[in-house]
Amino acid sequence: MTVTHLSALRSSRALSARGMRNMRRLPSTFIPTLAMPIFQAIAFSGTFFAITKLPGFPTDRSINWYLPLAVVMGSAFAGVGLGFTTIRDIETGFFDRLRMSPTPRSALIVGPLVMTWVRTVIVVTMVMVIGFAFGARLTSGVVGLGCLYLASIGLATVSAGWGLGIAYRFRDMRGAAIMQLTLFLVMFLSSAQTPLFVMSGWLHGVARVNPATNVLRLSRQGFLGDVTWNGVWGGVLALAGGSLLTLTFAYRGLRGLERD
Amino acid sequence: MTATISRTARVGAVRQTAAMSRRSIMALVRQPALIIPSITFPLFFAALGTSSFGRATGLPGFPKVDSFLDFSLAGTIVQGVLFGSVQSGSALATDIENGFFYRLLASPTSRLGILLGRLMGAAAYGAAQTAFFTALLIPFGLHVKSGVPGAIVMLVSGGLTAIAVGGFMAAMALRTGSSEAVQGVFPLVFIALFFSSAFFPRQTMSGAYRHIANVNPISYLIEGLRDLCITGFSASACAKALLVPAGMMVVSFALALRSLARRVAAQ
Repeated sequence: MTVTHLSALRSSRALSARGMRNMRRLPSTFIPTLAMPIFQAIAFSGTFFAITKLPGFPTDRSINWYLPLAVVMGSAFAGVGLGFTTIRDIETGFFDRLRMSPTPRSALIVGPLVMTWVRTVIVVTMVMVIGFAFGARLTSGVVGLGCLYLASIGLATVSAGWGLGIAYRFRDMRGAAIMQLTLFLVMFLSSAQTPLFVMSGWLHGVARVNPATNVLRLSRQGFLGDVTWNGVWGGVLALAGGSLLTLTFAYRGLRGLERD
Repeated sequence: MTATISRTARVGAVRQTAAMSRRSIMALVRQPALIIPSITFPLFFAALGTSSFGRATGLPGFPKVDSFLDFSLAGTIVQGVLFGSVQSGSALATDIENGFFYRLLASPTSRLGILLGRLMGAAAYGAAQTAFFTALLIPFGLHVKSGVPGAIVMLVSGGLTAIAVGGFMAAMALRTGSSEAVQGVFPLVFIALFFSSAFFPRQTMSGAYRHIANVNPISYLIEGLRDLCITGFSASACAKALLVPAGMMVVSFALALRSLARRVAAQ
């Protein structure tokens, strides 16, 4: 391992530790990320309880359908939260100090990204505990749970890349609305609320080609029956492709910020 | 002599209230960014719901409807009005933050006019939203069974709901003087909406969730509006659509007046 690699590793670890400290010191930035999926899981499964009675619906527990949605939505918002933090750092001038220091540029993305993963794991675990208390049941054991964690961490990576890319380009809170709105649209224009076969009209066409549908299918593997390769590969591919695209978008944004 | 002064004061108060209402409406017209979310989000959810839950209309407990769009109009209206009313409370808090409110207090303006003007502006916006949502969804297949009389009741209900929710938001704004605090109430409004029959009928819910929806007044307001759309014109539908927001309005206005008195006294 070269000196540059060691330095990047050390910087990433320090930046990630800073993010964790901020989470403890500014709980107001973390609590909504946790509260939103809990509310969503309870509200959706209560409101749309009867939808499970439709013939062919893959589960008879509405929380088994809506809990994975709430969890991955929470993870996605935990990811864009990194964009908010970065905007704040840019506005307060802290980011300029980081850029002036001999910190490897990759560490400015990798460090906070690792913190986002930790944050996502905390959110997923806490929401799952509450979900189980409200009646959610695993249908395929630990492997299914692993699929949910994989989908959550993957989506957090995609949305973190998206959030960082927007933050580096807009550099003020105008970008926050764009990050949230796009994420919200992508997630809801999918099989978020009902399976594809229940949908009708324009939404069916959009949801069928929306990669978020594959991610949701992956996340629900452990709650709707057995884990199958057919239900997994599309989500993994969507997450890998999405992560590559959005992290490249973030890296190019960072380079643009350097040039300006 | 005393009667003349009193009449002049009353006329002055009405004029001031009208001027304040005009100001709050103009603020919305000049800054469309403030109203776009309260228009687009309810419409987005209506479009999404119609495509997602179209087949759910055949489920036991679901009222007899021609389409899910007919069912969802009431939820769309109330959702839009709730979001818009948060904005009116937030604008009052901004007036306090930037000192405009205190300039009004220093002028010979009626105290009640400051509050009423803001709420009348919210009512006009609420009624306009109701008209807009209904008119926009008609080409997409919406059918209001109660016809024009029902649509008029819906407009009035939209206005009353805006005053009722705007009153709670104004009370919050006057109590805290912070637009951030008023915006912070938004999730509670959203929760109140979700724990009602806004998106699905109460008859299809179960357990504690159904109990909450049963005691939530928003459920009855929405069901009144919904009956006007899917069943037709009836006394019970009108009563629910008008009396529920009127009752909420009395409570919220009393709270807002108390908060106003406190802020004026503290000045």
